[in-house]
Order: sequence, then structure tokens, then C-alpha cells
Amino acid sequence: MKSWFKSGTPWIWLNACAVSVSILMVIGLLALIAVRGLGHFWPADLAEFDYMERDGSLSRLVGEFHETEEVPAEQLRASGDLNIGGEAWITRHLIKTGNRDLSGMDFRWVIDSRVSSLTYPRTLVAVERREWGNLYGYLHSLREGSRTVAEGEAAWKPFMERLARAEDLHARIRAIEKDEIGSINSGMERLRLAKRKLELEGIDDPARLAAIAAEETRLKQRYAGLQDELLKLYEAIQRDSVSFTVADGTQVRVPLAKIVRAFRPNAMSLPDKAGHYFAKLWEFVSDEPREANTEGGIFPAIFGTIMMVMLMSVFVTPFGVVAAIYLREYARQGLLTRTIRIAVNNLAGVPSIVYGIFGLGFFVYFLGGNIDQLFFPEALPAPTMGTPGILWASLTLALLTVPVVIVATEEGLSRVPRAVREGSLALGATKAETLWRTVLPMASPAIMTGLILAIARAAGEVAPLMLVGVVKLAPALPLDGDFPYLHLDRKFMHLGFHIYDVGFQSPNVEAARPLVYATALLLVLVIVVLNLTAIAIRNRLREKYKSLEH
Amino acid sequence: MNATPTHGFSMEALGRNAPGEAAAPPACLEVKNLNLYYGDTQALENIELAIPRRQVTAFIGPSGCGKSTLLRCFNRMNDLVDGVRLQGRILIDGEDIYHPDVNVVDLRRRVGMVFQKPNPFPKTIYENVAYGLRLQGIKKRHILDETVEKALRRAALWDEVKDRLHENALGMSGGQQQRLVIARAIAVEPEVLLLDEPASALDPISTLKIEELIFELKERYTIIIVTHNMQQAARVSDYTAFLFMGRLIEYDKTNTIFTNPAQKQTEDYITGRYG
Repeated sequence: MKSWFKSGTPWIWLNACAVSVSILMVIGLLALIAVRGLGHFWPADLAEFDYMERDGSLSRLVGEFHETEEVPAEQLRASGDLNIGGEAWITRHLIKTGNRDLSGMDFRWVIDSRVSSLTYPRTLVAVERREWGNLYGYLHSLREGSRTVAEGEAAWKPFMERLARAEDLHARIRAIEKDEIGSINSGMERLRLAKRKLELEGIDDPARLAAIAAEETRLKQRYAGLQDELLKLYEAIQRDSVSFTVADGTQVRVPLAKIVRAFRPNAMSLPDKAGHYFAKLWEFVSDEPREANTEGGIFPAIFGTIMMVMLMSVFVTPFGVVAAIYLREYARQGLLTRTIRIAVNNLAGVPSIVYGIFGLGFFVYFLGGNIDQLFFPEALPAPTMGTPGILWASLTLALLTVPVVIVATEEGLSRVPRAVREGSLALGATKAETLWRTVLPMASPAIMTGLILAIARAAGEVAPLMLVGVVKLAPALPLDGDFPYLHLDRKFMHLGFHIYDVGFQSPNVEAARPLVYATALLLVLVIVVLNLTAIAIRNRLREKYKSLEH
Repeated sequence: MNATPTHGFSMEALGRNAPGEAAAPPACLEVKNLNLYYGDTQALENIELAIPRRQVTAFIGPSGCGKSTLLRCFNRMNDLVDGVRLQGRILIDGEDIYHPDVNVVDLRRRVGMVFQKPNPFPKTIYENVAYGLRLQGIKKRHILDETVEKALRRAALWDEVKDRLHENALGMSGGQQQRLVIARAIAVEPEVLLLDEPASALDPISTLKIEELIFELKERYTIIIVTHNMQQAARVSDYTAFLFMGRLIEYDKTNTIFTNPAQKQTEDYITGRYG
């Protein structure tokens, strides 16, 4: 036994165990968020059953079974349910009943033993609406204006056809409202600012004013034209409506304009369901959020996250590299450089919210405020740069991550062999030429390592961003087709903040929970993709500069 | 400050040492009363030396005797080392290279150096040789091509690498790398070539190739070689300087040094009694 200890075997086992536990935890975490998040998009079967309420009356319910749990009977009794049987543990299910506009809630718990005559009727329809969440019911009738087109089961086919038409119209309306009218609005705003600027500068140039006025009229005319077109489209989209009979027998009329998609989950085959699943998944990653972020997609958040990280990389790399070069190559090594190095290392440990406060105080209020005074006086008192935005957010994160880049770059510089530097100097290169042509390329893998660490840290930060630019819902992406295309002053959405917002600030917690998991999974994926890209670049550089490391 | 006699060897002295032979070629590089200190330690003491043009001069001596330090004075490589202090003068073509007006970058172009361990840059073979030219701002493709080929031919490397000029230089063998480094140094047409133990990291065949190369190169360049290998010094050099403990003990025609050294210390060293 003693020799077994001496041989080091237990030590190896201990290490192996620690590694396995770590790996298992990571896999477990990913598996949990993947299963919970991705399962959300699968179309669940719709159950219809009779349910005995607390007071003994029977009611009919329709819904999806979401989860099942065992609770102590005592707990239910304490909550006022006195008709609980004698068992100590009661099985209950969470079902999504939808129809929030009728019952005021999407979800409810039902006790298993009180459910009777459970069926899965093939004709039950699930309707995703643009407002009020899902609706579950039987198709009753399809109407065009006040004329009934079809009734009952026969209405399904025409309903689908007309829904496709409505979706088409909806897409056109959105394109006009968002893109075309949006660009007219930004054009008008530009003209207004140009006019105000002339006014502020005291220039009375009739030619320029006339040009602005002419442009204004042109935009207004275009706007009027679009307005007419919109009116027509609205009229067209309002034409059809559909009625459903819901569980308790009431009829609900829904205009087709308000329906995102309708399907009959119980009648769907497996390929149908898979198709539906991927359509939903695609919507999730490519579409904008609806209904206070609890429905629809998270594309603006993905876009905002990636763009912010990229901007941050653009800022942090030159800063960090230049600082490291000075510290390592030019500064006299002594007490001062040692102190600076310690300070830089400690900066990496400052809580990120502190950076957020610094960013707000320095970048947003001080820098942004002064920039507004100097360059955008025509827009005042409305701030242009003096308000949180993606530029300030990425600068704040660049500041947060610059120590990592400095440390990694210094490490890389110190690993470039002296022989190579001397070889370059002996050929008549100056120190700067040696740095540019030989040392920096050889240190580039290390610089990439620093950048990878910086990205990993920045992409996961939420706290400082809440102070310097992230919002719950951004009306426009920071990059679009309107001049000047890259809008560094705009606020943006971020996956990390989106998780917080959907999970904790949502009016509909049960509905939002799967989205929290799905968003978390996506955030992890985005970080993994960003990191893998950086690692791939680094490995290529390493291959290229695999040098005299021996 | 110290009583050590100056060991002075001028070209005239060399000529006198070998009566009957033709007068030595004119000196290319002269060291006058050179003292060098690393902080408080003196590394070179009263060095007095004249190196003939287009000949091979070898520095021999035990480790730590200062031969590499002396070599690195000739292209001011010691400037890069912290705490180095230098007294005395070094003249190349009569011009003091430690004069404040001297452009070090220009000097290093005129005095090429090859180090003990091959140190090609992590670039292509072509770019390695073109490095010094690009530093001079030469961008014309045909000039670069010509010079690279010429340098590689002179370094006896052209035939081996002409088909893979654009491959990474780090993929070459050690001997090839060392010849590449020599090609890189001669591409900028230096006057003096400093070789700091150029073959000590190489196998015997590569060493032989380097030695043959040195023999050919001396037609064009003044070559100074530091070596640990006595046979090598005897084979490749025309003149040999023996250094010991930072002092120049003896400097003479290689033949004389190896057959009839004037100093006892020299004899002890070359016969392997110490060092």
C-alpha cells in the first residue's frame, strides 16, 4: 500500500478524476441547455380532456403537456385545495392552454387524477398569433369580410391558402414600413439637421436652403406614395378572418393579418414535425423578437453581440500590441515598468461593472458629450454620441480586455529568439524594422492567443454593457443600408442581456423559460464560433512562423 | 592604469615576422588600443590588431576569452547589450566606426555577420535572402531576383534550392540554413563578413561545405571567423589571432602560429594542453 502511494499512481488517478469531473460538468451543462432550449421548437401534441376543478365542476381543457412533477399533498392542501385524496404525493402537470386573451394566462397546473377522457383530436388547430400568444381550438369558419367562405373541416384548405397570401402581404408591409419609410425618416432627419446647422452657423445661403427644401419635398412625395400603397395593403390584409371554437365552446375571431402560422400538431407526420421544427429554429435565429421578446427570434441580439465583439477586437488589438511593444522593447526595464506591469495585471481583475461605470462616466458623458458639443451641435439637446451606444460599449470592453492582450503579447515578444533579432539587426535593419518585419510576425500567434482570451471574456460580459449601450429592444441594427451604414452611435441588443431580460424581466415567465435556454445555447455557440475562428487563424500563423522554438 | 604591455600587431609587424614572403596586403580593419567592459568586468584588454583585406582571419582561444566579443565590436552588435563600455578605436578603411557620426545601420550593411546557430527568419528562402535588399528599399522584382540568385550561387546553395525558393526556410537542413544565412549576409554586398563559429552546430559534411564556401568567398570579402576548432582555423584561415583572458596573445600568419608560435601560451593551446 505504501509503495502504491509512493509510485504516484493515486496522484495520477486523482488528476484523472478531476479532469473527468470537469469535462462531465461542461458536457452536462451544454446538454442541459441544449435539450431544454432546442426541445422548445418541437411541435407538441395538443391534448383535449375533461378536468374536475377544485370546486368539483367539470371543465374542458385543451393544451400541450409541458412538464410533470410530484408534489406533497400537504403543499396543495395548504394552497387551499381541500379535495386532495389520501396519497402523500400527488402527480401534477403543467399544461400550456394558450388563449391568453380569454383566460388571462397561458399556463396552468392540472392534477393528474382529475383528468378524464383524454384525447388527441386530429382536427385541433394551434395558431401562433402576433399578439396574445398561441390559440388552440377547432376551426369554425373562414370569412372574407362578412361573407363566410367555408365552415368546419372544409375551411382548412382555403384557410391555409389565404394565410399564405396574408403572410405575403405582411412581409410587403413590413418591408415598406421598416426599410423604405425608415430610410425616408432618416433622410428627413438628416435634412432637418442640415438646416439647423446652417441656422446655427448663421449662414443664410438661399441656394442650399432651396436644395434642402427640394429634397424634403421629394422625400415627402415619396412618403405620400408609400402611404397610399400601405393603406391599400392594409385593406387587403384585413380582408380575411377566421373563427375558432375554443375549449370552453366560445368562438374567437382572429384576422388573418394577426396570424404567424397555423398547424394541426396531432395530424402532423414526423417529417412534417421536423419541417416545422426547423422552420421555428430558423425563425429563432433569423427573425426579430415579438411580444416583449418572448416570441419570435433573436437575430438582432446575435448580430449585436458579434458586431460588438468584432469592434472590440479592432480596438483592443492595436492598443494592446502597441502598449506591449513599448513595455517590452523600448521602455527601460526598472521599477516604473514593473509597477506598470503589476497595474496592468491588476486591471484584469477589476470587476466588470466598474468598467461599465467608468465607460458611462468617461466615454458616454465626457467624451460623447464633448463630441456632441463640437461636432453635432445641430442635434442638441438630443444627444448623438453622448448617449450609450455600440461604440462606447466596445470601447469599454476593449478597456476591460486590454490587459489580457498586453500580457499575451509581451509573452510572445519575449519568446522571439535573440538570434533572430540579431540576424535582422546584423543585416542593417533598425530596431523598428526588425520589430515590424520579423519580431511581430513571429509574435503574432501569441497576440492571437491574447485576442482569443479577450473575445472569450468580452462576449460573455453583460454587466458593463447595461450601462453603456445594450437595450431590451433596438429598433434598428447598428449596420444597415442607410448612410453612413455603420451607426456606431446606435444602441444594440446582446445575447447575454437578452437572457437576463427574457428570464427575469418577462411578463410571461413560463413561456420565456425555454427561450432562456435556447438563447444561452446560442450565446455559447456564438462564443465558440468566434473562438474557433480566432484559434484557426492562430494555428495558421503558428504553422507559418513555427520557428526556432527549440 | 595597468601595466600589461600592449600586444600590438600591425601589418608592418606581420610583414616583418615573415621575412622573405611578399608584403602583406593592406589592412582593411584596424583595432587600436581597444578596451571593453561589461559593467565592471573587463572583457577585452588593449587589443591592437590589423586585419588584411580579402583574407581569412581566424580568432581562436578558449571559451570566454573574448573572441566573440571582439568580433561583435566590428559591426557594433555589442551596442545592444546593456552595460557595455568601450574605449579605443576600430577603423574600417581608415574610418572610425565608433565615431558619433557613423550610421550604425549603414555600418552593419557594410559588415555582415553570420551567427553560431543558423537563424533564418520564418519566411521563404527567397524572402530571407531579399531581406537586406528590401530594407534598403529595393522593390524592383528583377533586381531582387537577380541579386537573390547571385547571392545563393555564391553561397553554393542555388542548385539545391532553386526549385523551392518560395518554401519556408525553416524546412531546410541545418547546413543549408547556415549557407542561406551566409547568402543573406552577402546579398547586401558587405565589405567584411564576420563568422561567429559558423560551423559549430553543423555535421562534418555541412562543415566541409561551409569551409569550401569560405575559401571561395575570400576572393571578394574580408572574412573574420571565430572558431573553437583548431583544424578548421588551420584549414581555412590565412591569419590567426590567439586570444586568452581578453588579451591578444599572438597574431600572425596561420602557418607560423601553427608551426612555430612565438608565445608559450599559444603553443600550449594549439597543442591541446589547455582550453
